[in-house]
Amino acid sequence: MKSARPSRLSIETPEGVVFSFELATPVTRALAWSVDTAAIVVANIIFGQIAKLVATMSADFANALSVAGFFVISVVYAIVLEWRWRGQTIGKRLLGLRVMDIHGLRLQFPQIALRNLLRMIDMLPFFYLVGGLTAVFSRDAQRLGDMAANTIVTRERKAEIPDIEQIAPAKYNSLLSQPHLAARLRSLVTPESAALAVRAVTLRDGYDPLARVVLFRELAAYFRRLVEFPEESVENLTDEQYVRCVLRVIYGVRQG
Amino acid sequence: MIVDIPRFVAAERPYWDELRALLDGMDAEPETRLALPRIQRLHYLYERCSAGLARLDTFSTDPALRGQLETLVSRAYSEIHETREPRKIRWKAILLGFPRAFRRHLGAFRLSAGITLLGCAFGWFAIRMDPHSKAVLMPFEGLFNSPAERVRQEETASKDRLSGEKASFSAQLMTHNIRVTVVTLAMGMTFGVGTLILLFYNGVILGAVAADYIAAGFGTFLTGWLLPHGSVEIPAILLGGQGGFILAGALIGWGGRTARSERLRAIAPDLFAIVAGAAVMLVWAGMVEAFISQYHKPVIPYGLKIAFGVCELVALSAYLGWAGRE
Repeated sequence: MKSARPSRLSIETPEGVVFSFELATPVTRALAWSVDTAAIVVANIIFGQIAKLVATMSADFANALSVAGFFVISVVYAIVLEWRWRGQTIGKRLLGLRVMDIHGLRLQFPQIALRNLLRMIDMLPFFYLVGGLTAVFSRDAQRLGDMAANTIVTRERKAEIPDIEQIAPAKYNSLLSQPHLAARLRSLVTPESAALAVRAVTLRDGYDPLARVVLFRELAAYFRRLVEFPEESVENLTDEQYVRCVLRVIYGVRQG
Repeated sequence: MIVDIPRFVAAERPYWDELRALLDGMDAEPETRLALPRIQRLHYLYERCSAGLARLDTFSTDPALRGQLETLVSRAYSEIHETREPRKIRWKAILLGFPRAFRRHLGAFRLSAGITLLGCAFGWFAIRMDPHSKAVLMPFEGLFNSPAERVRQEETASKDRLSGEKASFSAQLMTHNIRVTVVTLAMGMTFGVGTLILLFYNGVILGAVAADYIAAGFGTFLTGWLLPHGSVEIPAILLGGQGGFILAGALIGWGGRTARSERLRAIAPDLFAIVAGAAVMLVWAGMVEAFISQYHKPVIPYGLKIAFGVCELVALSAYLGWAGRE
């Protein structure tokens, strides 16, 4: 199923170079916020214990401390962490999310403060209904606070560099004997399909033998459709060997 | 066009690594300002990596390699193209930034005050025309009694009814009022409609209470009760309303040609200054309300309370009107 909303935000620099951010989905954001809520609860429990110590001197002051402390922790938690950790809270760190300026510029303190203060209406009437619905329908998955502060929440790109020597050893690779076709293959393979192939090779021993054969057949057929190599370059290659050769073509460059 | 990818990567990687190290250093010490040669080097590395990314785009893709380079370019871009103030928090700037932000958007404040006054007028006339509407207009337990009864109770009280709970009462007032102010500002995202409703409603309550007490002949009590904290609390909520209308104005963008995101970007520092200033005012108002406003004659003479409130109002007006003028 194709999403109507783009999941990436592309930015073109004045130099004409385009880079993009992967936008976090409302579900991932909700998960991150539930982790943050747990962190806020823990912080409040700790603060409550401190207030109890104060209660031995003045019950009224301890009560005031609890009321003010709860409010301050709830409001300031995300502001301080996003400021100190450049757009991340504990939940966002765990889920690999980051708040960014919508134009790719450096995040400013007023932006962080605003997006977090405006949570108060995003949370209305319950469970972030306003913010959640706005994020689902907005083009850049922004809740109201993000719109006001010109921020987006992105998924951090994990630099998952497969161990190419393990999955596709540097043996003779007949596909590389056709450098122009190899380059074409590199340009056509999507990150998702490459990642899928890496995963298939890495987990091959865990598959049922028949399922493994089918999986590599389908993967090889997909890559063959992208670029057709001459018969002499691919003869006697099994589907799995073909997929490993393709991975060497895609990732082997970095070893150079 | 890249003819030999491995050779290209081998040649460029030292520059990518150098840029990454430079950016990591800037992340670790955000307060440090780079010397000119380092800035020039950063710019050179950014341009070189951008060119590399553009070349990779035109020829071949190793997904992870492209991803790494994209991340690097985006990080450098945010450092190179940022023209706003550096991320240092300067207290003096905050102290003067608040009144300056207030004065920059005086129209929004006037609108906020005007709507509240309209609400006051509505509440006033509603109570005068139909005294039985009190339960609807002022749904607060403390205001149900007749003013005469309330004044009698307050002025003849033999013991402090807030004894042992003044600090917690104060904290509750602060947090509640700050929440109301922030929500009033945030409601600007409804194109100002939510802000307008909240301000009007606040005005209605204020007007109804005033009508109730003044009609009963307790104007001095009312002024002595409300002015010490109200002279700070009410302007703070009006500031929240001002923020809401600034936000709404940026969303609507009447007469301007700039993009909505640019308009919102332009007002963000002012909004923050206003809401932060209002929050500080409400902390003060909360303390005054718990420790001064709730005490009446003979504990604190009304004249003294009113004088205190007037002094606060004058000081606040002077601060918002003149502080940071150039």
